[in-house]
Amino acid sequence: METPVTRYEGLIAETTRHSGTNDDLIEAYLARPLGKGPYPGVVVVHHMPGWDPSTKEFTRRLAYEGYVAICPNLYCREAPDASPDDAGAKVRAEGGVSDEQVVGDIGGAVRFLRALPYSNGRVGLIGFCSGGRQVYLAACRLDVDAAVDAHGGRVIMAPEELTERQPVAPIDLTKDMKAPLLGLFGDDDQYPTPEEVGKTRAELERYKKTFEFHSYPGAGHEFMNPHRPSYRVEAAVDAWEKLLAFYAKYLG
Amino acid sequence: MCSYITQGVELEGSAKSADKWFALGAASVYYDHPYHSAFNHSLNIDFLNAKEGPKSRVAVELSRDSALHLAEAILSCIKAGDEAHLS
Repeated sequence: METPVTRYEGLIAETTRHSGTNDDLIEAYLARPLGKGPYPGVVVVHHMPGWDPSTKEFTRRLAYEGYVAICPNLYCREAPDASPDDAGAKVRAEGGVSDEQVVGDIGGAVRFLRALPYSNGRVGLIGFCSGGRQVYLAACRLDVDAAVDAHGGRVIMAPEELTERQPVAPIDLTKDMKAPLLGLFGDDDQYPTPEEVGKTRAELERYKKTFEFHSYPGAGHEFMNPHRPSYRVEAAVDAWEKLLAFYAKYLG
Repeated sequence: MCSYITQGVELEGSAKSADKWFALGAASVYYDHPYHSAFNHSLNIDFLNAKEGPKSRVAVELSRDSALHLAEAILSCIKAGDEAHLS
């Protein structure tokens, strides 16, 4: 018996480089469907622990779903050749990477994706935890087509939390938000708290921005990461459906 | 939690990583996501030598109660050592 292949599926995932802040050539993980396209693109912004296997797995899932996804190593300058955990520790000890550098690197990844011959020209962002905060910032400063903030803490910052490397609270840039925004949160999260999510929602409404927020009961921080005990399968599955529908609407 | 809230401590001494001893310069202490242990949050300590680079690191990720027990044991040992060696 010979059964037909009704749909060919294939993808490739590999390390590449693209230009970033100061035209530095930085390391990135690229995953894309094997096909001529055209495909929309997504820049995946890793969380504070770094350019780790679970973030790369998420990047590959996006490729499986039909997106050219790229995850820049935001710590590659500070810790070249280091393992993700060692790099994250070094960056943490130094107070994190600067917002300016991160936004520049994300901008470089967006340009890289749009220039690919199999790009449809539309590019979105997604970031987790600290990456969610950085996506909020980047969506206020860069020309992108959609942005997803997955439980980004410190979008709201007290004055004493501002530093030379993180000099502005992202929420203060909301009037400049250029892209439709999807927010995915957990009701039990403390970074951000539901109260902070409510304040961010109010600020987006104040400036009449296009956005949708979803917050899941019983879920806390990092509820979408299947490799952590904080994983909540029902919330994560629904969040995946929400983000794919959001990208299909704005990037497809 | 995914913050940069970290207490840096200058240290003198040595630590052993996977393949070598190195001179300690500092430690980062933070209560945040672990990288490996199965806790949502843990008390993490990175023993570091910044001059030798990111690979010169010894990392521990402890439950809150384990971290408190460790801190009490350290203080207890220092107290006993002071009595034994400084008297």
